[in-house]
Amino acid sequence: MTTPVLEVRGLAYAYPDGHQALFGVNLHVHQGERVALLGPNGAGKTTLVLHLNGILTAGAGSVSVSGLPVTEPNLMEVRRRVGVVFQDPDDQLFMPSVRADVEFGPANLGLRGAALEARVVAALDQVGMLDFIDRPPHHLSFGQRRRVAVATVLAMEPEILVLDEPSSNLDPASRRELADIIRSLDVTVLMVTHDLPYAYELCPRSVVLSDGVVVADGTTREVLTDDALMSAHRLELPFGFDPRTIPTP
Amino acid sequence: MHVPDGFLDAPTSIGAAVVAASGVALALRGARRELDDRTAPLAGLVALFIFSTQMLNFPIAAGTSGHLLGGALAAVLVGPCTATLSITVVLLVQATLMADGGITALGTNITLMGLVGVWTGWLVFIALRRVLPKRPLWVVPAAAVAALVSVPTAALAFSLLFDVGGTVDVPFATVATTMVGIHTLIGIGEAVITALAVLSIVVVRPDLVHGARPSLERRTLTIREGVSA
Amino acid sequence: MGAGHGHHLHFHGHSPVHHLPAHLKLLALVGFVLTVVLTPRTAFAAYAVYLLLVLVAQRASRVPFGYFAKRMVVEVPFVLFALLMPFVATGPRVDVGPLRLSEHGLVGGFALLAKGTLGVMASLVLATTTEPRHVVAGLERLRLPGQLVQIMGFMVRYLEVVTGELSRMKVARESRGFRATSVRAWPVLATTAGALFIRSYERGERVHLAMLSRGYTGSLPVTHPATATPAQWRVAGMLPAAALATLLVVVTR
Repeated sequence: MTTPVLEVRGLAYAYPDGHQALFGVNLHVHQGERVALLGPNGAGKTTLVLHLNGILTAGAGSVSVSGLPVTEPNLMEVRRRVGVVFQDPDDQLFMPSVRADVEFGPANLGLRGAALEARVVAALDQVGMLDFIDRPPHHLSFGQRRRVAVATVLAMEPEILVLDEPSSNLDPASRRELADIIRSLDVTVLMVTHDLPYAYELCPRSVVLSDGVVVADGTTREVLTDDALMSAHRLELPFGFDPRTIPTP
Repeated sequence: MHVPDGFLDAPTSIGAAVVAASGVALALRGARRELDDRTAPLAGLVALFIFSTQMLNFPIAAGTSGHLLGGALAAVLVGPCTATLSITVVLLVQATLMADGGITALGTNITLMGLVGVWTGWLVFIALRRVLPKRPLWVVPAAAVAALVSVPTAALAFSLLFDVGGTVDVPFATVATTMVGIHTLIGIGEAVITALAVLSIVVVRPDLVHGARPSLERRTLTIREGVSA
Repeated sequence: MGAGHGHHLHFHGHSPVHHLPAHLKLLALVGFVLTVVLTPRTAFAAYAVYLLLVLVAQRASRVPFGYFAKRMVVEVPFVLFALLMPFVATGPRVDVGPLRLSEHGLVGGFALLAKGTLGVMASLVLATTTEPRHVVAGLERLRLPGQLVQIMGFMVRYLEVVTGELSRMKVARESRGFRATSVRAWPVLATTAGALFIRSYERGERVHLAMLSRGYTGSLPVTHPATATPAQWRVAGMLPAAALATLLVVVTR
């Protein structure tokens, strides 16, 4: 088998305040996969995400990205390979204009001039936000800000895109537009979400994280129809949504 | 206490600007120790926090109200170097975006509030922390006293500057008694509000209070069984 | 002291003053205010000319004067201080109506008021015509240390986000019947400040994580340095140049 894009082994972590969030996580994601990471609040999903690009350092265990271990000397390359889109676009868009924000990542990689401009234009075009390039981020709608947040990461040409709750706070139209964008991207995706229909729609495979360990891994259809698993980990399908009656997307 | 343009003569303003620039340069170096490369975003948000609490009006009586100055509070919450940087930036924003405090008096204002206000508060705080019990909650009274001392001390520093470089001849004793008197009253309010604010933070997130960090402890990891994904 | 304004710091417009690069406006402001500060306190005519100049600049900005005047309340605490001067200053006394005032204090108080007011007005011409983010870029162009530029950049970027949080917290307090009328409200307001600190700090941390995730190593990449044309230099130079000329005429006469 080829080297996985993402390989997590025995990962454990406790925050400086003493709270332990991860208790030995194992996870593999292969190239071209779209995987949903499901789990109740406080399961450790965000903590896991922060290990994938080396923001948090494993207390025990290891993470590697396309074979490259996530360690101090590799951080810059790891952060280019792993693009994390955070839940609140206001946290991600910290620069004074859309252009400056999308430039931030590739400029840190050393790009300047025409090459930089080309990256910025391409990334904004992929999310349909090219017309807003000179706007300040706080003048955009929430859905537009989320799309620009995705572009800031795409501009770094990552190998894996990690999305933290991509559909949260989006109105139905924005939610649909974002799904179309995600489907159009030729990149491996790990999507952390509570939105089970969204996971079903976009991700063939799902992994369930609960109390800091992986408790299930299978096709999204299998996971969502395993009633015992679902109720044991506080996962609930929204009213009226039944994966058994919906054809596999 | 924002000094406007033309309040102090040129030599005094320049002297204060030199003091402010050196102090801020030292704080820039020190803040890297307090926060490493988190300095810029965190100091930015802390500056915004101080700016916002200065807009939070605390009613006193009969329709009058006051607000927090925040020097001692900032020092206790994020450490004195980051506090100096945050207050410097608050003053910079107030001078350039709100015309609050003269642009040629920036050095004076940074010296008074960003250096004297913050560091007096911090020194009082660590002196008290040394003699008080080593528990997170004891930072609350220490922060209150730090705020109580820091505000009139900054007012005294202003009176000294006005004596050296004031453009009007007023006896030092008159300025000092008036300024220190008024600011002792303000300091009491500042102390109470600082204490209440620190208390509300230290009970939920003691790890965020810089001044409480020496009294926190570390824990160890456990491993549980799961499936391999 | 009175920081009573929220976030509507700049008045959107397209006047020539709006279009000047921020670093030139900052230089013009400093040049003008320095000239005012250096003017002898009895040069009453010079102050009249300065007032005229700053009013011309204000009208050229096409920012409504009412909006501009309202923003001048930041000056109030020091107006009070200046008005005290004739009563507390030393030196010979003069009778003004029923009051015995210090002559020196009258002149000194006038100078404080004049210089302070002109400083506030000139600063407001900058503040009302320049977007906060452009002021930050202007200061960067004027070689303010990079760390301070970054700190100020973040403060300005999140100004509306945090004032928004603050006003939502106020709505939440008031929806539950809370009204801040006396000292008894302090614990609630201080708790609000505490909560605001926790939120601000946590946002600071999240922003930092987002920056690290995109390869931040401590400094912001400069990709588009601000530039100014000679014509813009000339426009921005008019205010300080006219003020300086006034000062020279007054001093040499």
